[in-house]
Amino acid sequence: MVKKTIHEINAKIRDGSVNVVTAEEMVNIVGELGPEGAAREVDVVTTGTFGAMCSSGVWFNLGHSEPPIKMQKVWMNDVEAYTGVAAVDAYMGATQLSESMGMDYGGAHVIEDLLRGKSVDVHAISHGTDCYPRKVLDTSLTLEDMNQAIMINPRNAYQKYNAATNSSKQTIHTYMGSLLPRFGNVTYSGAGVLSPLSNDPEYLTIGTGTRIFLGGAQGYVVGQGTQHASAGRFGTLMVQGDLKKMDPEYIRAANFTGYGTSLYVGMGIPIPVLDERVAQATAVKDADITTNILDYSIPSRDRPALRKVTYEELRSGHVEIEGRDVATSSLSSFKRARIIASELKDWISRGDFFVSMPVERLPENTLSHPMKETEGVSFVSDIMSATVVTIDKDASVYKAAKIIMETAFNHLPVVNKDNTLAGIVTAWDISKAVSLDKFDLVEDIMTRKVITAQADEQVAVVARRLDQHGVSALPVINSMNQVVAIITSDDISKLFARRH
Amino acid sequence: MKIKINISSETVGRPIIAESILETGVLLNVSQAHFDRSHGEVVADVLEEHYDEMYQALTSRGARVTKLDAPIEWNEDECVECSACMSVCPTRVFSLDEDYSLKVDQAKCIQCGTCVEMCPHRALTLLNNK
Repeated sequence: MVKKTIHEINAKIRDGSVNVVTAEEMVNIVGELGPEGAAREVDVVTTGTFGAMCSSGVWFNLGHSEPPIKMQKVWMNDVEAYTGVAAVDAYMGATQLSESMGMDYGGAHVIEDLLRGKSVDVHAISHGTDCYPRKVLDTSLTLEDMNQAIMINPRNAYQKYNAATNSSKQTIHTYMGSLLPRFGNVTYSGAGVLSPLSNDPEYLTIGTGTRIFLGGAQGYVVGQGTQHASAGRFGTLMVQGDLKKMDPEYIRAANFTGYGTSLYVGMGIPIPVLDERVAQATAVKDADITTNILDYSIPSRDRPALRKVTYEELRSGHVEIEGRDVATSSLSSFKRARIIASELKDWISRGDFFVSMPVERLPENTLSHPMKETEGVSFVSDIMSATVVTIDKDASVYKAAKIIMETAFNHLPVVNKDNTLAGIVTAWDISKAVSLDKFDLVEDIMTRKVITAQADEQVAVVARRLDQHGVSALPVINSMNQVVAIITSDDISKLFARRH
Repeated sequence: MKIKINISSETVGRPIIAESILETGVLLNVSQAHFDRSHGEVVADVLEEHYDEMYQALTSRGARVTKLDAPIEWNEDECVECSACMSVCPTRVFSLDEDYSLKVDQAKCIQCGTCVEMCPHRALTLLNNK
């Protein structure tokens, strides 16, 4: 039974006799010596991770202007920061988007620009008070000009993360990157064998107050991160560090096409090997860490899991889904995770970094609950028009025009003999046909690629589909592709008009 | 080598690629083709020694031909070597070596541009593809 204290390990760091290895190296050491031998040999195991961590940001104190202002709203390079606190403090979140540049530039870019020594344009407005009379402020500031720039990331370093794929027929753009149609690829995130929380899944040494490597500087764990769901091994950390001391190699702005901006954060956490239980935990391998591949094409909180997978399989470059070999790729950089784990190892070996015990353990067995929604959720079936008028594909254009005039339906789903969907014609298609002197069959003028909805889908999801495809109605189909109803943008407007 | 053939609206109705192949006897391997009302754009492989012949045949019929000799530009300063590009590339331009450094084999690139959209750090751009 090996028992070491933090003080003993720190004394070894001080006199240069400490034995530090990375979590990758520890796998073999425990393999050879067993957990007890490894616990005797090794004092500290270093971990590392470098990936997209959207839930990140920086608290700035901008200093007081003359006359002073109580900033009600503030923008840096046209990206709004949160200011609902005392006069000149503001929190710049990584995913806040520029008001003029949209998805190309966001809070993450402001943070990286400042870190790289660039100046940012600051614009603030206020209602003006007796103590803070100023109403508008415009200036340009560098990181050096700020009193403080404290990075506080509410949810970083997920213990593990779901892998993503897409079963639909279109490419989708998500915070997990571009997902190609029909299980075209799988993306995942996390450093597996080097992942901080996977190496201490019971939070024996990582907790409130743990000293860490954050963005190239020394930082701290504040405590559990938001959405910390330790019961399912989806723990997260809230961390803090001084942006002024960080290195742009480890704090990098990112853009996910169709999603927006995010911040790549480099983090390393040392795990003091206090006993064999800790040693055993740090021997975790990619093959031991499992996660689920989720279908991100389902626009729901409860995305179906297609299968379980290990990080070893994910890292191999391909996984099998429904009998097919699907290419995988990581969104986080394993190379940089390794660099971070070894840099932290160097700091400790050189005596520049001391390990710490948490002053409070992270909570175990917590769950992340879904949102309680008090407003009723509307489904397509609530507002669709079940009295849909369809037309046969071999009907004439003249007949279609007549039906539109008589029924006041602007969209006619075109059906085959068995009432399955074949296409759609609109009043516009008919006008176009008439203007071209084309009076043939409906089949010749209909749109064949029809965007559809299903009765059990949520209206919010369908509304976005209408918007994305620039159409104003969707035939509602059943599982046999038969037309059962139609939902139009008018139906959706009426729903919102009722509510507000 | 890869070439891009731009076809204007005046010639879009003529089979000029087929004519050029018949005239020269040189084979073209088409990897991408986009046509709309106003113009067409085709990316194809042609053997280097036959490039001049094919260039002559196509341009004499009104097409514009560009060499795609440096298709993907990889900005190593922006790249963090996450490898997000790997799983979307249809021709395996990207791979990781033993120490997880990204390797980029430009010769395999067919200029589909999928990786450009995928890269979270905007470290990939398509040249010659304006």
